[in-house]
Amino acid sequence: MPQLPRWLRLVLADELAKQQRSISVAEFFEKNKHLLGFDSPTRGVITTIKEAVDNSLDACEEAQVLPDIFISIKKTGNDIFRIIVEDNGPGIVPAQIPFVFGKLLYGSRFHQIRQTRGQQGIGISAAVLYAQLTSGLPSIVISRTGHKEPAYRFEIQIKIETNEPDIIAQGPFEWDRIHGTRVQIEFRSTMAAKKKLLEYLRYTSVVNPHARFRVELDDESFTFERVSQEVIVCPVAIQPHPHGIELGQFKRMTAASNQNLIDFLEEGFSRVGKKTAQDMCDRAGLKSSLKAKGLSADQQKALLAAMQEIAVPAPPTSQCLSPIGEELIRRGLDKEFQMDFVAARTRATSVFSGHPFMVEAAIGYGGKLPAEGNAIILRFANRVPLMYQQGACAITECIANVNWKNYNLSQQGLPMGPVLILVHVASTNVPFTSESKDAIASIPEIEKEIVLALQDLGRELKNFVSRRDKNKLAEDRARAVCAIIPEIAVKVSEIVEKPLVDTSPIEGRLMRKLIAKKWTRDGKVTIELANYSGHEGEISAYDISADNATDAVPKADFVSEMDGQFTKVWKMTIPAKSVWHVSYTGKGGGILEIRGVDDNKKMVVDLDV
Amino acid sequence: MSKEELEKKAMISLLHIASAWYDQMKSGEIPSISLPSRTKFNIEYDDASEVWKYGDKESMRNAASAKSATHLLKMAYVIGFIKQQLRENRSSTLREMYYISEGWKRAKFGAQDESNYLIEDLEILSDVPREGFHLHPEENGASIYGPMRIREETRRGMKTIHCQDDVGLAGYTIPNSVENIEFVDHDAKFVIAIETGGMYDRLIENGFDEEYHAILLHLKGQPARSTRRMLNKISSNWDLPILAFTDGDPWSYRIYGSVAYGSIKSAHMSELLATPKAQFLGLRPSDIRDYDLPSDTLTEKDIEALRSELTDPRFATDFWRKEINLQLELGLKSEQQAFAAHGLDFVTKKYLPTRLSEMGII
Repeated sequence: MPQLPRWLRLVLADELAKQQRSISVAEFFEKNKHLLGFDSPTRGVITTIKEAVDNSLDACEEAQVLPDIFISIKKTGNDIFRIIVEDNGPGIVPAQIPFVFGKLLYGSRFHQIRQTRGQQGIGISAAVLYAQLTSGLPSIVISRTGHKEPAYRFEIQIKIETNEPDIIAQGPFEWDRIHGTRVQIEFRSTMAAKKKLLEYLRYTSVVNPHARFRVELDDESFTFERVSQEVIVCPVAIQPHPHGIELGQFKRMTAASNQNLIDFLEEGFSRVGKKTAQDMCDRAGLKSSLKAKGLSADQQKALLAAMQEIAVPAPPTSQCLSPIGEELIRRGLDKEFQMDFVAARTRATSVFSGHPFMVEAAIGYGGKLPAEGNAIILRFANRVPLMYQQGACAITECIANVNWKNYNLSQQGLPMGPVLILVHVASTNVPFTSESKDAIASIPEIEKEIVLALQDLGRELKNFVSRRDKNKLAEDRARAVCAIIPEIAVKVSEIVEKPLVDTSPIEGRLMRKLIAKKWTRDGKVTIELANYSGHEGEISAYDISADNATDAVPKADFVSEMDGQFTKVWKMTIPAKSVWHVSYTGKGGGILEIRGVDDNKKMVVDLDV
Repeated sequence: MSKEELEKKAMISLLHIASAWYDQMKSGEIPSISLPSRTKFNIEYDDASEVWKYGDKESMRNAASAKSATHLLKMAYVIGFIKQQLRENRSSTLREMYYISEGWKRAKFGAQDESNYLIEDLEILSDVPREGFHLHPEENGASIYGPMRIREETRRGMKTIHCQDDVGLAGYTIPNSVENIEFVDHDAKFVIAIETGGMYDRLIENGFDEEYHAILLHLKGQPARSTRRMLNKISSNWDLPILAFTDGDPWSYRIYGSVAYGSIKSAHMSELLATPKAQFLGLRPSDIRDYDLPSDTLTEKDIEALRSELTDPRFATDFWRKEINLQLELGLKSEQQAFAAHGLDFVTKKYLPTRLSEMGII
């Protein structure tokens, strides 16, 4: 039996153990929609798409295909929206389809201990139920498992009293896809959350850089392109760790076993060897030759307690988790947010209460990020964006607990300014604060890893910003010396009624570089190259503007035209401490580029700006 | 100093600044200038003149960064502009100069505050008030009402004006330049400088000026230079007690501060603008308590301003420390008009006479 969330265990306990008034899961859901993210019509859209997309991504991962996912949302009637999600995954065999979509809590991934997006398998069938409750329409599923098989089409609902699929129609179907699944669900909703929905898809695309998403929202369409052609290696399931198991799951494991205790422990759990298994039995006061199946409730409890007390190495982590990786996080962020700086960290795997986990984080800065207000925070759990309850999430708390002022960012709780922070927590069992899986709970081991990753990134960001400021300072100084001081000289000379004072000695003394200036006066463009660098230079000047410079003195060595823009090239040797000029009739503007000198040995100043 | 002497001094000092820059650039140096630092941490009490002036702290501006080079460029343009104005014997308002700067390309001002501030810098550097540059403020002066007679040079000749008999209900309007006013005679015992128009009108309507031989002056909020110059001149010519009557909040205490001690922004002109003998009549935080006045809760900004006043050397007296601390404790502020809660006559029949006799004025 699967590891179920606590509230469901209680429901099942109600249903199975006491056998008093039977309440079906479907009935329970109908009364508790908020627990699963269907509390409001707007949220319903996002939850449905989220569940369908998670399933598609997981399926593609298992089948080792690069995901191509198509999402469409169309208004079909008064407040009724039709949602379609189609993927190129491995498809689902026809016999399974009614159960996957028409029965709550049906899922293969329940039983496995590895990182998956949807952890409970309740999601998509919940959407089917929600549709049936609000629009009364059955959901349509088309799926095909390969070119040798036909596609099958199902119209499905859920029998609320029994939680069994109710097949309205089924049959083979002519479909142009070779393999994949298409789900169509119609329910009552609004598009008030359109912005949030696009945000969700954008964030999903950031952490799934191998996937392509095409979205049609009524008449608008969007594409989130893939930036990686590598298929994600599918995480491998591991045995449960003795420190991460609860009584319910333990009971189910013993019930399903026909081994004696020592073999049950050694083979059923990770990192348990013969000796450890024997120690556990001894500690619990049980013979190792007893059958696991025959343990009494008290014996089960004693054994479980003993298992917690015996030291066991941390579970293996390398295969059951699938980090995105620093390089792909950077590429994913680069693609969706144009920023000046991005750095990412993937921390080593670690363990809390027997569950392996891994933290990844990234910081972006500058570029098109909004300069004012709080930092943009992107939270992910197992590659799924967390869209709600930011304030209640341990990730947010960790971000607020880092002293960002150390890294020259302003901070009021959260850091402020053109900053983006991404945190991804991957685990075989992500600890959420509630069943709607919106926020990660405060687990000290996880928080420690997040803070360490953020501090590391903070230091890197600080280095970047101070390097950039230094460059800015140099440019600022060059502007002052090469552009503004000459203007002061003109005005001051006029006031004191003396000859124009020459400011080039100031330039030469302060800049020690090749200074290129371009200015326009009375319809004449002048370019001046002054070599203060201390040695002779072989220089090429590329001047690109709308002026053709046919009357240039000296004449350009080379001129070419493209779309009304002329590229003029002059090649010359400028000895140290000397100045070269060219002027021609024109309007100026455009770009001036100097080649033949190192970047830090030259400075280009457009005096017309 | 006569008008001609003032203009000559202005021309010489401004040209001196320009020449210094010319020489600096000629010898291959970046042009620079140093100015006293214009913050509250650099004002000092001058015993001889009894006013607060700028201290020795100087800040150096040089053209090594784009921002400060642009500042120097703007200064050079303004000096050029003033030079031309003095030479052609023309004048303009501060606002006009701000608009003229539109044509100065890189040297154009972003906002009028910036150009006003730069003019003050030039006043400090040249030790000449802006009238010497032929620059006037556009702010209209405040008004004055009471038993006094002045003579003013107008475009229609010399006029003698009695500030009760020859003026309307609103009183005599103080001109931009007070320098040309002659103070003829008066029949007053003291001057009350009032922050708000409502209270100024109330005192006129209740006949307070006649009953107590008071000159009433409307400060119009933070007083303009000409208003402060007027008080300074009344005080020095006639030696009358000057009393400030404002709202009971931190911003109003600053109004009193600028009347009595000079403002931080124009500390270089304190001798001309400040009236060190001016006393603070009210509204005091203790009045809020003693007269049980209707009040508002202090805002975050009010509290911040009060705390800042506790570190302001101009308010470093026992009286102010006691009152400001009391106000912080009460957490309240009141407006002058709050006295109306006790009847329209309360302020003229009860509050002012009581306070004035406490202070030994009447």
